Amino acid sequence: MSRHFAASVVEHHDVNAGFRLLTLSPDTPALPPEPGQFYMLQANTTFDPLLKRPFSFFSAADNTISFLYRIRGKGTRALAALDTGAKLSVIGPLGNAYPLPEGDYIAVAGGIGIASLYSLLGAVPGRALLFWGARNRNELLMPERIEPLVKTVVMTTDDGSVGEQALVSVPVKRFLADHAHLPVYACGSTPMMKAVADVCAEAGARCFVSLETYMACGVGACLGCVVKIRTQEHPQGTFRSVCKDGPVFDASAVIWEGAGE
Amino acid sequence: MSKHSLTVNIAGLELKNPVMTASGTFGYGEEYADFLDLNRLGAVVVKGLSRQPKEGNPVPRIVETPAGMLNAIGLQNIGVKRFIAEKMPFLRGFDTRVICNFFGDSVGEYVEVAGMLSATDGVHALEMNVSCPNKQAGWCVFGTDPKVLGEVVSSVRKVCTVPLIVKLSPNVTSISQMARVAEDAGADAVSLINTITGMAVDIKTRRPVLANRIGGLSGPAIKPVAVRMVWEVFNAVKIPIIGMGGIFTAEDALEFLIAGARGVAVGTANFVNPSATVDIIDGLHRFLDAENINDINDLIGSLHRS
Repeated sequence: MSRHFAASVVEHHDVNAGFRLLTLSPDTPALPPEPGQFYMLQANTTFDPLLKRPFSFFSAADNTISFLYRIRGKGTRALAALDTGAKLSVIGPLGNAYPLPEGDYIAVAGGIGIASLYSLLGAVPGRALLFWGARNRNELLMPERIEPLVKTVVMTTDDGSVGEQALVSVPVKRFLADHAHLPVYACGSTPMMKAVADVCAEAGARCFVSLETYMACGVGACLGCVVKIRTQEHPQGTFRSVCKDGPVFDASAVIWEGAGE
Repeated sequence: MSKHSLTVNIAGLELKNPVMTASGTFGYGEEYADFLDLNRLGAVVVKGLSRQPKEGNPVPRIVETPAGMLNAIGLQNIGVKRFIAEKMPFLRGFDTRVICNFFGDSVGEYVEVAGMLSATDGVHALEMNVSCPNKQAGWCVFGTDPKVLGEVVSSVRKVCTVPLIVKLSPNVTSISQMARVAEDAGADAVSLINTITGMAVDIKTRRPVLANRIGGLSGPAIKPVAVRMVWEVFNAVKIPIIGMGGIFTAEDALEFLIAGARGVAVGTANFVNPSATVDIIDGLHRFLDAENINDINDLIGSLHRS
């Protein structure tokens, strides 16, 4: 089974304004993804946009893979224009996966970061204490599918339209005061993940982050997507590829300056 | 699979077909071994190697541009010693040619790295990077100053026991002059073009998008420039040319071959289509079949002059 295949669009619809859910069916048998992995998708072959774009998968079934994404730039606009039946070129599944928690765990989603965490929520259902932040009500996507998979959910918004008007790291910090023994899984914007990593470090909680960067190849060849990671050999940090060594990293090893988009 | 031949000979090195990978776009080969049969390639050209491992540039290192991309990776690599110990055993397992790209920050370092690589079992040729535009340090003048270029090539030539390919920078007034300098200094072949220096600006922050400020432009956007330069160099030197710059399809590769390239390297296309190289090889077979050409060498340099 090749990790490079053609796929057909079987379903593609708006979720909320500016967000869409794309479901693909690989034309040839494809490898099943693990929670946290991603795919490179190419919506067209016109050379503009030239490169494929990385997307965490949202869910996968027998012969379909779904992607929840925000329309944001040239690549996602081209993707958003695909109709049912359209073909696209896909590479994946790529990257590492979330190490699966053995019991209860804390999931922290920022905005479209829920797309990556959803695969973990589905793999370990009923055990997540979800902290879910977004800019506003519109960007808390598909709660009807998220809420059945979690034990509890705390929502925050930047505008106060749902839940507490705060950064999502604020209630996480409060909760960690009594629950620092639980592992934390975070996916969202780089500043949001850094804030979560900081409150986890203060509380002494183990934290995994799924990083997002610009990528060209997705397979560790171009070295365009690197982030500085502390290792035993390099306590001051050394470049690691988000596509191949990540996207999931132990947050305590990430050097956040310059990380992400 | 076909009655015709794609075999080419570059400076005494026989390649089963003219298609190779461009340095820096294919890692050390293993990154793409899952995606295509490396045995099908004319050659694998590995990421540029230096005496010591290099961390490379800060991020952002890449940005997409219309029909292209800018990169300023900064020559991140694991160093020649780790390459020989950890990557060569894998590459030796394939029936393809292994060409090692390398660079240095002094003539002495070029010579040392070339000596180590050319003495390594399974390394079939070396490609000298004298043109990477990413580094601000003085060594980038190697590829843009004829006198310095001649000196470093002739010094490496003395220690290199395999064919020596010099990869030329397009960021010069006359690439033909540089090709002649390389030929006179003992280069067995030249490869061109390396990336064209470019820049992208974030209009909101009014800063360069790349941390390194400038980067190298690659992709379909540079193909016509590369074809023109291959043609000019073909008319200026006798040594073989490996052409590259925005090759995505067999038709692209054929333009380079007809303009005078004896080999072609596929770079940015690997990122978009991991099997681009083998797709191009298949396309060359189809073209030769359709055009009733028995030997690809009949096409090389066959551009009509009138």
